[in-house]
Amino acid sequence: MAEAPDVRAGRLSPAEYERNFADAHPPLTAQQAMVEAVRCLFCHDAPCIEACPTGIDIPRFIRGIQSGNLKGAAETILEANVMGGTCARVCPTDVLCEGACVRLAEGKKPVEIGALQRHAVDWLFERGIQPFTRGPITGERIAVVGAGPAGLACAHALARLGHEVVIFEKRAKAGGLNEYGIAAYKMVHDFAQREVDFILGIGGIELRTGIELGRDVTLGELRRDFAAVFLGLGLQGVHALGVEGERLAGVQDAVAFIERLRQTRDLSTIPVGRQIVVIGGGNTAVDVAVQSKRLGAETVTIVYRRGPEAMSATPAEQEWAKSNGVAIRHWARPVAIEGVDGHVRAVVFERTPLDGAGRLEGTGERFTLPADQVFKAIGQKLVPSAFNGTAELLDVENGKIVVDAERRTTLDRVWAGGDCIAASVDLTVAAVEDGKLAAASIHRYLMGG
Amino acid sequence: MADLRCEIAGVKAPNPFWLASAPPTDKEYNVVRAFKAGWGGVVWKTLGEDPPVVNTSSRYGALHYRGYRMMGFNNIELISDRPLEVNLQEIKRVKRDWPDRALLVSLMVPCTEDSWKRILKRVEETEADGVELNFGCPHGMSERGMGSAVGQVPEYIEMVVRWCKAATRMPVFVKLTPNVTNILAPARAAKAGGADAVSLINTINSVMGVDLDTMAPLPSVHGKGAHGGYCGPAVKPIALCMVGEIARDPECRGLPISGIGGIETWRDAAEFIAMGAGSVQVCTAAMHYGFKIVEDMITGLSNWMDSKGYRTLDDFRGAAVPNYVDWGQLDMNYVVKARIDQDKCIRCGLCHIACEDTSHQSIRKIKENGKRRYEVIEEECVGCNLCAHVCPVEGCITMVEVETGLPYVTWAEDPRNPQRLAKAAE
Ligand SMILES: Cc1cc2nc3c(=O)[nH]c(=O)nc-3n(C[C@H](O)[C@H](O)[C@H](O)COP(=O)(O)OP(=O)(O)OC[C@H]3O[C@@H](n4cnc5c(N)ncnc54)[C@H](O)[C@@H]3O)c2cc1C
Ligand SMILES: Cc1cc2nc3c(=O)[nH]c(=O)nc-3n(C[C@H](O)[C@H](O)[C@H](O)COP(=O)(O)O)c2cc1C
Ligand code: SF4
Repeated sequence: MAEAPDVRAGRLSPAEYERNFADAHPPLTAQQAMVEAVRCLFCHDAPCIEACPTGIDIPRFIRGIQSGNLKGAAETILEANVMGGTCARVCPTDVLCEGACVRLAEGKKPVEIGALQRHAVDWLFERGIQPFTRGPITGERIAVVGAGPAGLACAHALARLGHEVVIFEKRAKAGGLNEYGIAAYKMVHDFAQREVDFILGIGGIELRTGIELGRDVTLGELRRDFAAVFLGLGLQGVHALGVEGERLAGVQDAVAFIERLRQTRDLSTIPVGRQIVVIGGGNTAVDVAVQSKRLGAETVTIVYRRGPEAMSATPAEQEWAKSNGVAIRHWARPVAIEGVDGHVRAVVFERTPLDGAGRLEGTGERFTLPADQVFKAIGQKLVPSAFNGTAELLDVENGKIVVDAERRTTLDRVWAGGDCIAASVDLTVAAVEDGKLAAASIHRYLMGG
Repeated sequence: MADLRCEIAGVKAPNPFWLASAPPTDKEYNVVRAFKAGWGGVVWKTLGEDPPVVNTSSRYGALHYRGYRMMGFNNIELISDRPLEVNLQEIKRVKRDWPDRALLVSLMVPCTEDSWKRILKRVEETEADGVELNFGCPHGMSERGMGSAVGQVPEYIEMVVRWCKAATRMPVFVKLTPNVTNILAPARAAKAGGADAVSLINTINSVMGVDLDTMAPLPSVHGKGAHGGYCGPAVKPIALCMVGEIARDPECRGLPISGIGGIETWRDAAEFIAMGAGSVQVCTAAMHYGFKIVEDMITGLSNWMDSKGYRTLDDFRGAAVPNYVDWGQLDMNYVVKARIDQDKCIRCGLCHIACEDTSHQSIRKIKENGKRRYEVIEEECVGCNLCAHVCPVEGCITMVEVETGLPYVTWAEDPRNPQRLAKAAE
């Protein structure tokens, strides 16, 4: 353990970087799409539709692919989910639509709904077709805070209904985690920005970047100046491990690391350790693990305190991690991070079987994993600073905003959706649905319905 | 191993699988390859008078369905486009080299007795086993007064067959066109003229589609399309029906049939034989997959015959014919009901929506704690079979016979038939 920590940039050749960060699941060719589309049985009241949080009429768009009506197929998708392009790339389809495919009950592979969805939406994007038009202008102005999936979906739906929308986004670019968080190989060729352009292309949406709620503008001001406010803030804070050594150099927040990776023009400038430990069990843990492996790390180990079923990374994602050479260890939690000269060198874990009541039990039995770099991926939280300078407070539960079924907060004329709400499942597709539902509710409210 | 030898109108072959008169039998090269592969016989591509015809470029159209290629196939080709003498020399050589195989020569010449006499004489010199008069070709040749232009007029058929029978000792097969309202008229005319056998079906008038960019019917030749002849798996039901009509017709009794139309497997062939065919002919399937398909046809038919205890083709030939009846002879008291095997059901809902929207509203959709389930309402089910057909899972929906204890009653005898009462009163 006396060796100096090995954290370096430029571990790979340019060709290796390119290969490792190319499209993880290349698009279907027209012929492949046709063959796959033919496998759809066109179920009545299809279970896949119910399993899609945005309720896309899946058999209908697949029929469009089959008949050569690609435009109709793409419109069916985008009508229900304006981020159908991103969702086709990032949705954990094994637990959503494809998990409900009746082909599984037949003991066969489910129809590749995600890949077909991408085929149709890409077709439309490649041709630069804008299928949406705005309804009659209402003159109502609505503020949307956060240009992530929730905010953009809400803004788009409102603009379609004829309202004027101003989006306030603290970062330099719109897109939220589509731009800053999702794994690079899921969103190649700047897809997030192409989709943002497509969404804003409907008109009636003004995007103001570099403006942060709580710093540059307050909720009170927004409520004064706009007819309604939608909060799509995502989760900007990170949970702490609360163990000794957490402040050592090399102990990093996974989301921040991915953000840097997503924003660089040159992957060879991103330093990565030789031996890496990731703490967590979700999407973020898998993504930081696989991406650091693909940056050239030698060993990457995800350590999660419970069993595989409890991981919020789906079975397919866990499989993806393993097939990328990432080791996953279960039933252990970090108790200390050890360092040399202020830099991390190892993490000490304690085994954590369940006690009789289903709670994690500390056994005192320990093991140590060497590490040059440690990524914390144990979840994000809302930052209270967004509500600085606001007199009236909205209800927050477990650090997330409380909303009703229509996504109304407890504060009059304020709606919220996406990762920042209490009921959130932290998926892009769910954020889109929240934005959609909130827009419908705002519209009903404004039109006196 | 069952005995697959067949004899039809005096023509013998080691098996009933023949290649129909078409591109696969166009020349010595193909026919020799076919015989090497195991085909029992061929009908040589139709010969006509010199000078040979000239074909268009772009000749075939196809119907692909949901990823399956060539469910239906169509062509606008004419008869052999090679000189008569070349064909005759090759036929003679092939027959000499392959004496055990059936070799018929298909013919089509203008509708004069002289023309037929002349060509028959020359064919006889080849020692071929027989001739097949092509009265079926629906395109091109018919515009010149041949092919189906003759086949659609029973009097012409009878006349030409009579000329041919008088002119040759060879067995005369007559190939019938399906482009008629009742296949029995041409079949009976052939018999009356003295035909030794009929072959059917030839292709069906068809347009395969329209190119929506060029607005040309398909297949198209320089932006224009003509109707062509339809064949392939899609036409098999039509062919089987026509074969059955002739097989059960008292007037045609004893007229041998060579069955053609959509035959691709031994099973298709067995069905034609059960419907009365003495041999079968294949074109599209060979054009799709090559001659090798005959291997499985031979072993498949033989294995199936073994499993059924049939030693020769005659043991089951025509076995389905007595069961092929008019609607009026069906049992009105027979009842089947749909039954869904819940263990096999994958909950696609297709049976429900088919019955709900287009049949008898007899499949109930039930949703219990988030799970779908489909149940047949027995009292409502009329036993139409639709649900069983749309169900994508093999063996999930079966149509089960319900014991009614009632006797076999035809519509004529059925109390629900108002005419029956009228008749009884007479
Ligand atoms: C690493 C990672 C990988 C993921 N991978 C997947 C995946 O593969 N599939 C999937 O379905 N989901 C994935 N998710 C989850 C998914 O990205 C989120 O559920 C989704 O982006 C939530 O959308 P949102 O609009 O609520 O929030 P965000 O996408 O976080 O967007 C919030 C936006 O609000 C802005 N903002 C925040 N505070 C303020 C403020 N005070 N003022 C102004 N602007 C503000 C932010 O800058 C951001 O642009 C992943 C998440 C992470 C972290
Ligand atoms: C079950 C069934 C019953 C039909 N009954 C009639 C009928 O009573 N009268 C009629 O003119 N056509 C009838 N048809 C023919 C259809 O109207 C239609 O011409 C034919 O099915 C071809 O169209 P399609 O194959 O493209 O569906 C029937 C078809 C089906 C499948
Ligand atoms: S057989 Fe016909 S009527 Fe009976 S359940 Fe099936 S679809 Fe309905």
